[in-house]
Amino acid sequence: MIELLWPALLAGTGIALIAGPLGSFMVWRRMAYFGDTMAHSGLLGVTLGVVLNIHLTLGIALVTTTLALLLFVLQRQRRVPPDTLLGILSHSALAIGMLVLAFSDSVRMDLGGLLFGDLLAVNPQDVLWVALVTAVALPLILLIWRPLLAITVHEDLARAEGIATERIRILYLVLIALVIAVAMKIVGILLITALMIIPAAGVRWLSNTPEQMAIGASVLGMASVWLGLAVSWYSNAPSGPAIVVTATVAFVVLMGVSQAKRPARS
Amino acid sequence: MPDQPRTDALIRARHLGVRLGGEPILNHVDLNVYPGQIVTLIGPNGAGKSTLIKALLGIHRVTSGELWRKPGLKIGYMPQKTHIEDSLPLTVDRLMTLTHRARRTEITEALKLTNVPHLIDRPVQQLSGGEFQRVMLARALLKQPDVLVLDEPVQGVDFNGEIELYRLIQRIRDDRGCAIVMVSHDLHLVMAATDEVVCLNHHVCCTGTPESVAQAPEFTQLFGHRHADALAFYSHEHDHEHSLAELGGHSHD
Repeated sequence: MIELLWPALLAGTGIALIAGPLGSFMVWRRMAYFGDTMAHSGLLGVTLGVVLNIHLTLGIALVTTTLALLLFVLQRQRRVPPDTLLGILSHSALAIGMLVLAFSDSVRMDLGGLLFGDLLAVNPQDVLWVALVTAVALPLILLIWRPLLAITVHEDLARAEGIATERIRILYLVLIALVIAVAMKIVGILLITALMIIPAAGVRWLSNTPEQMAIGASVLGMASVWLGLAVSWYSNAPSGPAIVVTATVAFVVLMGVSQAKRPARS
Repeated sequence: MPDQPRTDALIRARHLGVRLGGEPILNHVDLNVYPGQIVTLIGPNGAGKSTLIKALLGIHRVTSGELWRKPGLKIGYMPQKTHIEDSLPLTVDRLMTLTHRARRTEITEALKLTNVPHLIDRPVQQLSGGEFQRVMLARALLKQPDVLVLDEPVQGVDFNGEIELYRLIQRIRDDRGCAIVMVSHDLHLVMAATDEVVCLNHHVCCTGTPESVAQAPEFTQLFGHRHADALAFYSHEHDHEHSLAELGGHSHD
């Protein structure tokens, strides 16, 4: 029986590992809604994968990456404010995905599983995809860590000091798109952003450096995945919500502990 | 203003123009920066002061004219007062080394120049306005720049702190001989410590020593007759306005 759990456990661990640093940047750069928008487009990616007869993960990665680049370009205009733009793209991507899914006969998929994750749907091939993405993403994150941090603190300053800001930002967006693509089966498209931002926000209370926060977010994310999958396994609950609730409980506990520790400081 | 030809310029802009999002922000700007010189950019809000600075730094692309920087020129930049998100745990020493690594002794040395070495391990969010600006000034000094570019260096600093900070900037110039280009609103404070004032309103309205600029009719037009009065600057009437279309053919000498 337990061998059925292994693929989800392994895949979840890899995802949480890279979600830590990427999610920390999402918190610092106020991009949670941005991540949500990219995740919501994942549903369209599923359909694309089925229609083109390619692996679903690849289909999702194609769509989320395209959306990321589209957002990058669209954010240069000023007429539509960023949050409105994200709202339009986020909801329309979700709606279009649902419609296409409803109209295509060839796609027989458990919608609940797509939206909220289904650990039993994770197969060894998915684990390979996660391993591949992790193997590519981790070194890339290390590579862009310092420049992206500089851009996050002050974009003009980073640029004046010789950083290719646009290239770094695009690379970051593509990394998020990739994580979303491989994370969908386990946490579902509606909850992927939660796995990225909740652990990061939770360890903020304990961190004194950006690195502590990123590593802490990875650790807390992995713990949330393990505990959440265990809960899901024993209670038959959908895996995504189980993982997210676990992470949220950790967030609340960490907040409580840190507030109790230093009541005088702000 | 008799301008003796000098060949030792660090930065030289000729007829420089910058458009942002299709809008012409700067037109036909001429500017020279020489070693050890303090150049102060003044002008009303939206006149393009920050844009000019960012063009000099290579942040904004120059869309017309020429910009020459001495090869290998090191520029230290202190941007306008910035807010760093509380969500980002960042200490002063990390802020100092965001883009260029430095040894802790070097960081401390730089912080000593602005009298804030004790702040090195402090989270940046806990700094006062004056402390933050001093840290940013030290940061700009860290890589021994030939030119310091300061965008409203005293923003968010109380009045006494302002005077101190301007004195500090002048002392840095005296000690290190680096050139300083700064944007300022504090006409009355800056004038005394400035070698060259550039009065900007999308184009260079007038330029020269503080005394000569103060007497230029363009300056009076831009800042009103009470320019000596500190308050005059903040309440002046904008009777010196050019339509953007007119700017192209417009030149002052």
